[in-house]
Amino acid sequence: MSHGPPAAAPWLDPAAVPFVRIEGLTKRFGEFVAVDAVDLAIYKGELFSILGASGCGKTTLLRMLAGLERPSAGRIWIDGVEVSGLPPYERPVNMMFQSYALFPHMTVEQNVAYGLRKEGVPSAEVKQRVAEMLALVRLTPHARAKPAQISGGQSQRVALARALIKRPKVLLLDEPLAALDKKLREHTQFELANVQDRLGVTFIVVTHDQEEAMTLSTRIAVMDAGRFVQIGTPGEIYENPNSRFVADFVGNINLLDGVVESCAGGEAVVRCDELATRVVVRHEGALPVGAAVCVALRPEKILIHKEPPADGGPGVRGVVFDLAYFGNLSLYRVRTPGGKIVEVSAQNRRREARRHLEWDDEVHLSWDKGSALLLER
Amino acid sequence: MPRNRVRRPTWQRIGLLLPYAWLLLFFLAPFLIVLKISFADPVVAQPPFTPLFDPTRPEGARFYATLDNYRFVLGDRVYLLTYLNSTALAAMSTLLCLLLGYPMAYGIARARPATRHTLLLLVILPFWTSFLLRVYAWMGLLGTHGTLNRVLLWAGAIDRPLEILYTDTAVFLGMVYSYLPFMILPLYANLVRLEQDHLDAAADLGARPARVFLDVTLPLSLPGVVAGCLLVLIPAMGEFVIPALLGGSDSLMIGRVVYDEFFLNRDWPVAAAVAVLLLLLLVGPIALFQRTQAREEGE
Repeated sequence: MSHGPPAAAPWLDPAAVPFVRIEGLTKRFGEFVAVDAVDLAIYKGELFSILGASGCGKTTLLRMLAGLERPSAGRIWIDGVEVSGLPPYERPVNMMFQSYALFPHMTVEQNVAYGLRKEGVPSAEVKQRVAEMLALVRLTPHARAKPAQISGGQSQRVALARALIKRPKVLLLDEPLAALDKKLREHTQFELANVQDRLGVTFIVVTHDQEEAMTLSTRIAVMDAGRFVQIGTPGEIYENPNSRFVADFVGNINLLDGVVESCAGGEAVVRCDELATRVVVRHEGALPVGAAVCVALRPEKILIHKEPPADGGPGVRGVVFDLAYFGNLSLYRVRTPGGKIVEVSAQNRRREARRHLEWDDEVHLSWDKGSALLLER
Repeated sequence: MPRNRVRRPTWQRIGLLLPYAWLLLFFLAPFLIVLKISFADPVVAQPPFTPLFDPTRPEGARFYATLDNYRFVLGDRVYLLTYLNSTALAAMSTLLCLLLGYPMAYGIARARPATRHTLLLLVILPFWTSFLLRVYAWMGLLGTHGTLNRVLLWAGAIDRPLEILYTDTAVFLGMVYSYLPFMILPLYANLVRLEQDHLDAAADLGARPARVFLDVTLPLSLPGVVAGCLLVLIPAMGEFVIPALLGGSDSLMIGRVVYDEFFLNRDWPVAAAVAVLLLLLLVGPIALFQRTQAREEGE
């Protein structure tokens, strides 16, 4: 999210030249394959997130981009130049470490200046650029402090300033917000996006936090077991997950197992024993009758009523098994006749101190045909 | 961060007192006795020095102290030379230990955990045999008809035995060999905590490996360097056994002087004064040690 207009989508333009290109990148640690023949194209100015659970290989991939890990196979190009064989100190990238890795024996100022000093930038220019960078991340008053004397949020900004000051072509961020508490994390998210927007540097962010990836990114690559499972914009990933794994990993979702009974005219009828009913799902393309599928349905796309829906559509009956009130919305867990628990979230539109729905109330669930998604089982 | 003052349980307070009690009993008390002796006159008696306070004299109780011993020691060029010689030898040994121990400690700290334990074990393995025995072993190795010379003669590398034993070279060999573990262990303890992220960050920001070492590894390991150097320097200053057994008869070492004054001349007061002055000489480095330790813990 940023102040500017929405960025163009160069990944849709076949003529666009990727800024960072990865081909067949592989890293093996003994028998274990951490990154498995990954291909990727990232465009200039993107804020690209690699999302995955811990151990999926995302940090190893980032470290290979930084040159801190030697690939077992594959090649990397940045801005048209192959960097695969270059040591970290010769690559046009900088990294922000998850631990921040600030040098404890240097002041904030010295930490930020370090990269420029190693580049041999004249000391007057170093001074000026450090001052500018410290102003950008609002750390000027702490220039003389040691890393041990500043807070976590401030350390994070020092790390960002130190990585950005060399004006890298690509900034690599390893879990940039993981060490911050929730409030600070939300604030910093926007700040990161703003800095990125102002400097136009290409960001590659590694994170396990799907919310972070959603709000920050132009595109997200979901990674599992060393491979990309899906690459797309946050909207695509959330609304059109291409697999059970992605659907389950990004956001909450109800996954209902079923069997295709018919599939024609852009609609599939799925018999869902877990719900003890049939479900109609909009689906382009053909599916054989009898195919085992999975109906994926986000909790916020389900409507919950006390009365059967007026159109008499094939809703699902159920009983409120559990509910949680969050103020802005309520989360219901509804037990269906088939025994399956379905999660439904509803906005609390009206100001009501008393709850509209209670435990053990009989309810009816319905949803738009286009809101559900068929996934392979 | 302000720390709440919580009353410690009794057993904890007793536990905290123990090291102080230990130091009081086995360090401060003996030191005060030595200090007292250094202010006395030598006499041919048992004990061989005048008492500080003597209530049994016929002319009445008498309090007696003199600075004669200090005047004597400080006024004699030989003692001054001995202090200088000891300092130089200790400093040189410390430097050699550092130059040899740093890469070793670094290598151990960077090794894989399994290998690391084996290597550490090898470092402390010599402690399993008596120190004296090991110094004697060096005599056997370095002597004119020792193992080293016999091997070199047999191999044809030399045609007459090398004179190593009873020279400074032998003393340095013995010192470095004996004190190296005291250098390696604190350095290792420091270097093993060095975070890979810090080294990676420096490389990422454009520092070549040698630069990373100078800018990050070395400054961050400085407390370990200081600790190791002092752990070698302080005992090396007063070292007696190694120069006595491996060094030439003309080597002037403080430890040897104290020994000679004490046992040969039976001049306990001068021996005590020499020892007290040595301690004063070491107060500087010890204070430095304390300060770096305190600073490291403060971070």
